[in-house]
Amino acid sequence: MIDFINFYLIPGITLGSIYALGAVGVSMIFGILRFAHFAHGDLMTVGAYAALTAVWVLGIPALAAIPVAIVVTCLVALVADKLFYKPLRDLPTIYTVIASFGVALILRSIVQTVWGTDSQVYMTGFQKPMIFLDTFRVATRHIQIIVATAVLTVALHYFLNHTRLGKSMRAVADDPDLAAVAGLDTERVIRWTWIIGAALAAIAGVFVGLDTDVHTNLGWNLLLPMFAAALLGGIGKPLGAIVGGLIIGIAEEACTYPFFGDSLIAPSYKSAVAFVIMVLILIFRPQGLFRGRLM
Amino acid sequence: MTDRVLDVRDVSAGYGKMPIIKDINMHVIRQRIVTIIGPNGAGKSTLLKAVFGLNQHFSGEIAFDGTSIFNARTADLVPLGISAVPQTHNVFPSLSVDENLDVGTFAAPPPDAAATKAKILDLFPDLKDKLRQQAGQLSGGQRQMVAVGRALMSDPKLILLDEPTAGLSPAYLEVIFDLLQQVRDSGVSILMVEQNAKQALRIADYAYVLVNGENAYEGTGAELLADDEVRRSFLGGGMAP
Repeated sequence: MIDFINFYLIPGITLGSIYALGAVGVSMIFGILRFAHFAHGDLMTVGAYAALTAVWVLGIPALAAIPVAIVVTCLVALVADKLFYKPLRDLPTIYTVIASFGVALILRSIVQTVWGTDSQVYMTGFQKPMIFLDTFRVATRHIQIIVATAVLTVALHYFLNHTRLGKSMRAVADDPDLAAVAGLDTERVIRWTWIIGAALAAIAGVFVGLDTDVHTNLGWNLLLPMFAAALLGGIGKPLGAIVGGLIIGIAEEACTYPFFGDSLIAPSYKSAVAFVIMVLILIFRPQGLFRGRLM
Repeated sequence: MTDRVLDVRDVSAGYGKMPIIKDINMHVIRQRIVTIIGPNGAGKSTLLKAVFGLNQHFSGEIAFDGTSIFNARTADLVPLGISAVPQTHNVFPSLSVDENLDVGTFAAPPPDAAATKAKILDLFPDLKDKLRQQAGQLSGGQRQMVAVGRALMSDPKLILLDEPTAGLSPAYLEVIFDLLQQVRDSGVSILMVEQNAKQALRIADYAYVLVNGENAYEGTGAELLADDEVRRSFLGGGMAP
């Protein structure tokens, strides 16, 4: 059991936290702009590389480089919206979905051109895990990622439920036509949706780099579990996306634990868990755990 | 200050390049209920949408409180003092009743939002113990109260109502009409499109009948109720009440 907690549950919560931060943006963009943003993973990649540059140039730790990652990623998201998504806003959403595929390819190509295709790391060397009660061994980076995600979740909950902008976002997600009739500035809400979604994607990107390494497919590889998390939580329900991310992250890691003497599935197949969960949710509870929008 | 809070002169409007209403003339006097009735497809809702900037204006002039709002954006009309309640989908279902009312203040914050909300809850006491409930879980009549309450939260001078009693039971219909008279008496002008024409004319200070997108008849509610031609064509026949 201790092994399960140390080597499966805590890494699962860490992985789930990363999925959760990415899934919030996917869910909010789907809820408010009504399209599946396939470039969201590549926004994470942009954030991870922006932080890498700050680490190289300024000599600061990766966590201290997060503000740089946020600013760069938000600007990229706002420019992508202005150039590629806004002109398609009044057309059927399939046009925007396809455009987001194009944006994903553009972003990845830019990253490969600027930073190269080799994997990079924020820091080298061995880090000793923290030991609690002489039993639980937790990597410092895992604690940082889990605590930061918990703080961001509380902040997001407060923002969405107690601020004017947060309530406006929920109103636009509920009914954009009625929001316009109520005089809400929907373009401002859309701008802030990009800013919040991109900021969380940037943080998630830095966390992936912190936990493993930084490479050009970093975000693209996480797209499936992020969408599965958003669907599991309920489309348009950011807090549902966080719960969905944690469930999928833990499920992926737990499936490789030898509960009955052998792993349920081989570790190399664990990413299929997100796919299975996504298919089951679409069949049996398409509105997700938190009763989100039906696709 | 002009007596007319809304003045619509020779307005043609519609969707795309297709005019639905043609050369419409009408006005709303301060603190009055004005009702628009007519057969299906007469252009009643199109007229309401034209006033609220939700469709294409082709010609004419629309003035609100003496200021032209011809081709104005909806987002600019709410701060001027106009609110609207659509016929359906008129509450934010996943927001609580309290949050729905709050949304009404975002585009045009009233001087004292708490006092305005207290006033609205006095008007709609049914909502007082449902403030934390999701609006999507309310009955049709209660939703209509939330929708009108949200529209009143910006302290408007004029509210536009598109069939406020659509889909309501006869019992609730009377409740909503009574409430609308109280809203009028609190100082707000009302321009309302209604299918329940007889009941709407009973509370209307003035009314217009549209046919095929054009002005057909107008008069006080009582005058139209007593008019044989109007009664025969639009009120289901019968003798004058």
